[in-house]
Amino acid sequence: MSGKPVLHYFNIQGRMESIRWLLAAAGVEFEEKLIMCQEDLDKLKNDGLLMFHQVPMVEMDGMKMVQSRAILNYIATKYNLYGKDMKERLLIDMYTEGMADLFELSFKVILGPPEQRDATKSLIKDRAKNRFFPAFEKVLKSHGQGYLVGNKLSKADILLTELMYCVEEFDASLLTNFPLLQALKTRISNLPNVKKFLQPGSQRKPPMTEEKLEEARKVFKF
Amino acid sequence: MLKFKLKEVKSGPILHYPECLAAGWGMLSAAVTIGDARATRQPDPPPPRRRQCSLQACRVQFDEEFLETKEQLQKLQDGEHLLFQQVPMVEIDGMKLVQTRSILHYIAEKHQLFGKDLKERTLIDMYVEGTLDLLEMLIMHPFLKPEDQPKEVVHMAQKAIIRYFPVFEKVLRGHGQNFLVGNQLSLADVILLQTILALEEKIPNILSTFPFLQEYTVKLSNIPTIKRFLEPGSKKKPPPDDVYVRTVYNIFMS
Repeated sequence: MSGKPVLHYFNIQGRMESIRWLLAAAGVEFEEKLIMCQEDLDKLKNDGLLMFHQVPMVEMDGMKMVQSRAILNYIATKYNLYGKDMKERLLIDMYTEGMADLFELSFKVILGPPEQRDATKSLIKDRAKNRFFPAFEKVLKSHGQGYLVGNKLSKADILLTELMYCVEEFDASLLTNFPLLQALKTRISNLPNVKKFLQPGSQRKPPMTEEKLEEARKVFKF
Repeated sequence: MLKFKLKEVKSGPILHYPECLAAGWGMLSAAVTIGDARATRQPDPPPPRRRQCSLQACRVQFDEEFLETKEQLQKLQDGEHLLFQQVPMVEIDGMKLVQTRSILHYIAEKHQLFGKDLKERTLIDMYVEGTLDLLEMLIMHPFLKPEDQPKEVVHMAQKAIIRYFPVFEKVLRGHGQNFLVGNQLSLADVILLQTILALEEKIPNILSTFPFLQEYTVKLSNIPTIKRFLEPGSKKKPPPDDVYVRTVYNIFMS
């Protein structure tokens, strides 16, 4: 099936951003059909295009894929970003799932009750600094290689880089004690495809703001 | 106080988890139901506090180390056995696996429960992820305030009936096979069966308008290995109760 992948999602980072990062890093051009109003979303649902009535949905290779993990795993496999064997895949999975825990917290900041926002932000900073970043720094230190798994670029490196940019929004100093993570971030950011994606005008979405969230609440009534 | 002992078992995996938490964390019990048919090894006589039994659906021997105190968790963390300081953790094939989905994927792949090619695998992934969203509501349910629990049961039932069950009913009706993907047992079937059975504990007639899912549930439950797992005395954990909730709070929140 020819044609570029088509991404269906709101005009925000949300649960689609990791997919954008992965496609971009793999050098895959993609189109986006942005959901700008409730009618757009209703149409997708009524046309039966969303398996569980939810987005993200990615049209690719004759499939209408849903569930961000399933989509990421498909892309990673197709573009050789998932290790060379089962054991490497396992490591990539474990690291990615740890990152997903932190990403979930960042969604909670946006979608959770406003009065809990500060507490959630503190938790993100604490978890990043004391649980997740030390674990990944240790992995890099243990083998001294430039990538997390198998001395080769994988989904884990790309999503960790995305995560580092994400948590820096909460606290720019979070990476201070993690030199190997900083080096990884620089290395991935300098890959030609990623570099392009990081430049203005790309399909990368900006972080959520209070104003945007309020606007979205009015449009989508949540 | 129970003294925690970490041991390598060369013959099979060791699951580290609070026993009663495993009741709520159905994902782990899902992990122990899957696999292929394999020759079993004769188990050694069980030492105290360690139980050995078959991984029923896959006849893989496994042990369980139950966490009952905060100190046990601390010891695992201090001993650097937990990549992200969290459980579940499964020792298997010389590795310490964490993160439920990673563990499930590894076991599924190892025991041919992940489809025959990328497209089947992706379909299985989508079904599993959707079902896990529903299962997670069940897992969190005992930790809600008592006054919120009945309302949440209604919410789960609605999601099951409107969003998830119609998808699987349609899939089964469409191909008329006994399994969701590729006419063979996969991780998707195990997770769905587990979720259906857990929901039925709260809402006994939840499948009343889904004849294909009803038949599917019966057929899967009669697969010999799964049938044994569903019988009393097996490794399957009972539904969560107050003791379970208290133990979790003691281990993780005090």
